[in-house]
Amino acid sequence: MRPYKPKKNVQKQSYYNDRFWVAPRVPQEAVESDEIFAEDFKSLSKTRKVKEAYLERGQMVLIINAKDNVTILKHLKEKLGYDVLSEMSAIDYLAQDGEFEIFYQLLSMQKRRRVRVKCRIKENEAIQSVESLFRSADWSEREMYDMFGIKVNNHPYLKRILMPDDWVGHPLRKSYPLHGDEAAQWYEVDKIFGKEYRDIIGPEQRDAAYISTTDTCNFARIKHEVPRCADPNSEPERIEKFNDDAPLVETFDLTKSKIVDRTR
Amino acid sequence: MAQHQVNYAASGGLPVALTTVDKLVNWGRTNSLWVLTYGLACCAIEMMASGASRYDFDRFGVIFRASPRQSDVMIVAGTLTKKHAEFIRRLYDQMAEPKWVISMGSCANTGGMFNTYATVQGVDRVIPVDIYLPGCAPRPETLQYAVLLLQKKLRKRSIFQKQKPKRLV
Repeated sequence: MRPYKPKKNVQKQSYYNDRFWVAPRVPQEAVESDEIFAEDFKSLSKTRKVKEAYLERGQMVLIINAKDNVTILKHLKEKLGYDVLSEMSAIDYLAQDGEFEIFYQLLSMQKRRRVRVKCRIKENEAIQSVESLFRSADWSEREMYDMFGIKVNNHPYLKRILMPDDWVGHPLRKSYPLHGDEAAQWYEVDKIFGKEYRDIIGPEQRDAAYISTTDTCNFARIKHEVPRCADPNSEPERIEKFNDDAPLVETFDLTKSKIVDRTR
Repeated sequence: MAQHQVNYAASGGLPVALTTVDKLVNWGRTNSLWVLTYGLACCAIEMMASGASRYDFDRFGVIFRASPRQSDVMIVAGTLTKKHAEFIRRLYDQMAEPKWVISMGSCANTGGMFNTYATVQGVDRVIPVDIYLPGCAPRPETLQYAVLLLQKKLRKRSIFQKQKPKRLV
């Protein structure tokens, strides 16, 4: 959590005054400051090369080569007791570095310690699946594939998990527009009605404040209700008056009935 | 006049009820609107609350059905995602005519706060809608009012009038 700061005169401050606020770096400590982590790190660095290791907010962060991920996670799980993969996903750093960062968040219940393993891959590279070690990685890797387009080797069922199978693009990439690309904006129309109905149904209306008096397909003017999609200046539709209070079954009133004179 | 015979003219009206076929059929229709439960998000909670004992929908003959074949009204309660759009259309097509749709809540009306790539910006892009219910989420009273409005709409309808597709297809 961000440390609390007293907000003086918060009413006078503009709401977006720190829109491009850069988070301060969390202080990093040496691995040796915690004896359990120091031992784990020593044991790990014997198996594979660890590029960088430090403590951050009481957790050990290991930066490794992407090709070592299974070996290192296996060692962490089987030898060092980090047997829960609480979270894993990727971060898009394509614009900055041309790379994805993949992180694995591990927990050891015995040691009461958490370890984060990070590695980086290029856009067209694939990562090895850790599903054989942690079952929870199954869906997380599918989500990673769905959202970032990162291929995962040796995954038992690599398929999109959130988006439909015929979706185009990977939505969590920074380059993906929030309102969707063309395929996304017409997705339901193309799928249900076909591309030729795009003109009939029209583009998505995404401006929440949009009101038009000339667009009679989407808006009705009160007291001037023309038929749908008709000329807005045409005569309003005549709405027949119905007496809703009238009883459903009317009794025949003899006294009010008239005898029609047919001889006339 | 024999004694056992009732003098209809004297006893306050003939035992004949005069009405039209339209009114009779519409009376039946309006008082047995079976709805297809279409709870997609939090609006479904309000829809369930309307059906439960406090706001008792059964009073209006509104009975929730889990099958599109048996229902007349579809209450789309919640956010429709693009992945789900084809299924809502399929279920709408499976409903028997005549059929009506209530779009419940901001998300179903316009996409609401989900101005994103994955949300259908209003269910009327996929199925024709009769009544739009504003609110996020609408209270059960609002849904009740929508059902009463729909009943009012049905009463004005001739039974021989074919329900023409209002939009789309």
